[in-house]
Amino acid sequence: MSIQVRNIQKQFGAFTALDDISLDFPTGELVALLGPSGCGKTTLLRIIAGLEQADSGQVLLDGEDASGTHVRDRQVGFVFQHYALFRHMTVFDNVAFGMRMKPRRERPSEKQIAQKVHELLNLVQLDWLADRFPSQLSGGQRQRIALARALAVEPRVLLLDEPFGALDAKVRKELRRWLRKLHDDLHITSIFVTHDQEEALEVADRVVLMNHGHVEQIGTPEEVYRHPATPFVYGFLGAVNFFHGRVEGDGLRVGDDHLNHAAGSFGQGAEVVAFARPHELDIVVDGAAGQGIAARISRILAFGVTARVELDGLNGATGQHFEVELTRERVSELSLEEGQSVRLLPSRLSIFEQSHAATAGAGK
Amino acid sequence: MAGATTLHLGGDQATRFESRAATRETPLVKWLILGTALSFFTIFLLMPLIAVFIEALRKGWETYATALIDPDALSALRLTLLAAVIALPLNLVFGVCAAWAIAKFEFRGKHFLITLIDLPFSVSPVIAGLIYVLVFGAQGWFGPWLSEHDVKIIFAVPGIVLATVFVTFPFIARELIPLMQAQGKEEEEAAIVLGANGLQTFWHVTLPNIKWGLLYGVILTNARAMGEFGAVSVVSGHIRGETNTLPLHVEILYNEYQFAAAFAVASLLALLALVTLGIKTWVEHRAAVAYRNSQDDAS
Amino acid sequence: MSATKTFRVLPGFNLTLGYTLGYLSLIVLIPLAAVFLKTAELSLDEFWNVVTAPRVLASYKLSFGMSLLAAAINAVFGLMLAWALVRYSFPGKKLIDALVDLPFALPTAVAGISLTALYAKNGWFGQYLDPLGIQVAFKPLGVLVALVFIGLPFVVRTVQPILEDLDTELEEAATSLGARRWQAFRHVILPILFPALLTGFALAFARAVGEYGSVIFIAGNIPMVSEITPLMIITKLEQYDYAGATAIATVMLLLSFILLLIINGLQAWTAKRTGRDR
Repeated sequence: MSIQVRNIQKQFGAFTALDDISLDFPTGELVALLGPSGCGKTTLLRIIAGLEQADSGQVLLDGEDASGTHVRDRQVGFVFQHYALFRHMTVFDNVAFGMRMKPRRERPSEKQIAQKVHELLNLVQLDWLADRFPSQLSGGQRQRIALARALAVEPRVLLLDEPFGALDAKVRKELRRWLRKLHDDLHITSIFVTHDQEEALEVADRVVLMNHGHVEQIGTPEEVYRHPATPFVYGFLGAVNFFHGRVEGDGLRVGDDHLNHAAGSFGQGAEVVAFARPHELDIVVDGAAGQGIAARISRILAFGVTARVELDGLNGATGQHFEVELTRERVSELSLEEGQSVRLLPSRLSIFEQSHAATAGAGK
Repeated sequence: MAGATTLHLGGDQATRFESRAATRETPLVKWLILGTALSFFTIFLLMPLIAVFIEALRKGWETYATALIDPDALSALRLTLLAAVIALPLNLVFGVCAAWAIAKFEFRGKHFLITLIDLPFSVSPVIAGLIYVLVFGAQGWFGPWLSEHDVKIIFAVPGIVLATVFVTFPFIARELIPLMQAQGKEEEEAAIVLGANGLQTFWHVTLPNIKWGLLYGVILTNARAMGEFGAVSVVSGHIRGETNTLPLHVEILYNEYQFAAAFAVASLLALLALVTLGIKTWVEHRAAVAYRNSQDDAS
Repeated sequence: MSATKTFRVLPGFNLTLGYTLGYLSLIVLIPLAAVFLKTAELSLDEFWNVVTAPRVLASYKLSFGMSLLAAAINAVFGLMLAWALVRYSFPGKKLIDALVDLPFALPTAVAGISLTALYAKNGWFGQYLDPLGIQVAFKPLGVLVALVFIGLPFVVRTVQPILEDLDTELEEAATSLGARRWQAFRHVILPILFPALLTGFALAFARAVGEYGSVIFIAGNIPMVSEITPLMIITKLEQYDYAGATAIATVMLLLSFILLLIINGLQAWTAKRTGRDR
């Protein structure tokens, strides 16, 4: 089933949680709502579920306006952040709950319920835990039970609120793969909320990036990572270096230094911010003055596959820190040392207008 | 005001403090504190309790038994039970409703409402009796109307029930509100998403989660309802065999210098208090176990 | 836009809140309002004469004085008892912990006659105290004893959970910084306990001021000497002086409201100080 939201607006007092959000979630896709905490992603998910009401706007399920439909009748499966398993019921009773709550004439017989519960427990590979109580389960097991419980009512869509948020790193990775596989088997339209960019990029078909109640960008994981549409997205998806500067001639002036990168559509003298990922910066030890950004190496971390060089800005960029990723061969070739003054040359720069970039909080 | 009567779930953790050098006193200081605290406890709390039972049996078992099966004592017992049996469900329904509204929803004036619910705790029991005299008494608001229709509230059973309801008013609500607030509403929301209706959600999801707190509140309500003296004294009229509750009966016997009989009836009430404390400790223990189980993160 | 402002996922809000407000009004608010309306029948002069009559003034002095003293005694010894219950292991501890709540559970009339049996001239304690010239029963001291009894659980039960939550690391840090045991208590533990201690004190005080059942037996109710304020209300009622009784009740109610506000403030302060939610 497809989900559409149209012009959703939501205020909490003076705080705007969602500002005119319109989105399409096509049938069968697994979509991630990604953003920092407080960006409105959970609120949007709860509005789609019917757990929260928008101040204005519509939620369309299969093209039908569901705004007036009670959450009970929306046929959505919702997996809560802390699972909300009924702690006084066994795993079996938890999964059976939705079926048992149906009006008598729609309710399956206990035998049918038992069969269905075991089917679902097999699906999440936890049939052997049927008689346990939630407190006796590990976090990852609780998560899968919560999912089985949501699936028991045969939902048309599956909504997951920070599904891996409360798990430790190892379990989290396992479950991610498992959820992706489950989705490939079931093909239920699914939306999950996360603040972890790696999780979103790895699991989802599409990623919706949100910030301050706005949608910043929608796209496949590759699109959003490769071509961030806004400074915020740039900063949020991975480490980033940025330079404040002014368009001058056919390049940028950053403090006393100059970068030879075409500034695209920006006019002469425009205040801009340029972004480069750590691997898009190179270090030159003998660069001409004014070419590239002057910086001093503060630390070299060469224990991984690639080496990371941390630098402090000089001249116009005093007080700023930069991070460069180089191959280890390149580091030894340059024979870099801590305390050495060098110049940074970007191989690729994304340039945004100054005012627009104010929201790039995650930049280094 | 219920600060001291809410369910609290601390286990014994003295060893945590005793095993560390920095949180340990010198033996002298320790025994000084322990000795003082226990003497204080014994003089002001334990002795009065023991005195009740010893004074009750001073004239032997026979006097004791006679005092208890005296018709006036029995009718006082009946009225005491009746008042408790009426007050309890009324305040139970109120407590659950108030806790549901306050814990599961956001609305303005919530804190003020909680303060108002606490009000009966901070009002002197004598005033609790007085207010019903002012409303229903012969010179009260409804007095003339009531006497015209031959309905007696003050100096009759309904007045006693009303006074009992008033003094036990906040107990259950006060117990449930913080408990339900702490539990949040995620489980209830999950039940609704899974298709349960309101009553199903309350019955299958909320109630099992609050049962210990509810029981705790019921026990406290019951103890206070059966033991209330001041408020009931004002509205009772002390008519023997008719409007006397057990605590009032104790007073009458005592004022008639029938000390052994007074203490015999009093010992019955003291026994009730001990049973209450026993159940209360058991409930605390069960609630603590349930709480630990639910918090126990196996991951 | 089909959104309504009253949208709620969980049902029953209007029903439960409506019932709560209705029941609260019927049982508590409207009857309490009767006190103020009845008092309003008196002129200001009459009111003033009733509430400042010498016998009534003496009762305020006794009630408030002894309540303050009893609460203070409970603050000191209650803290020690809570400390012993949390920090030391000793035989019978569980039983004592459970019995601390006895004053809540024991009917006040029972406590009253029992305390009288202990402290009367020929009573268990009285027979030893009397030769020393200490008279408890039928004297202000008797009122104090009863008020200490009924206020005992408040301080213990407000301080105990805070003590249990105390991180041993705090004291270890204090010790490692060179603090002596007493200094650690005075400068580290006591400031943390203080809001709870004060709350317990206020709760004990509020309870003591209104207390009736446990006091009247041991007090002997001698005018100008051992009459408490709640008893003054009863006395007026027995003389069918409803307006007089109500006037004194008004004074007590106003005090109760003020105390309630102070206690709520204190509890919020405790919660804030210790990071506990209620």
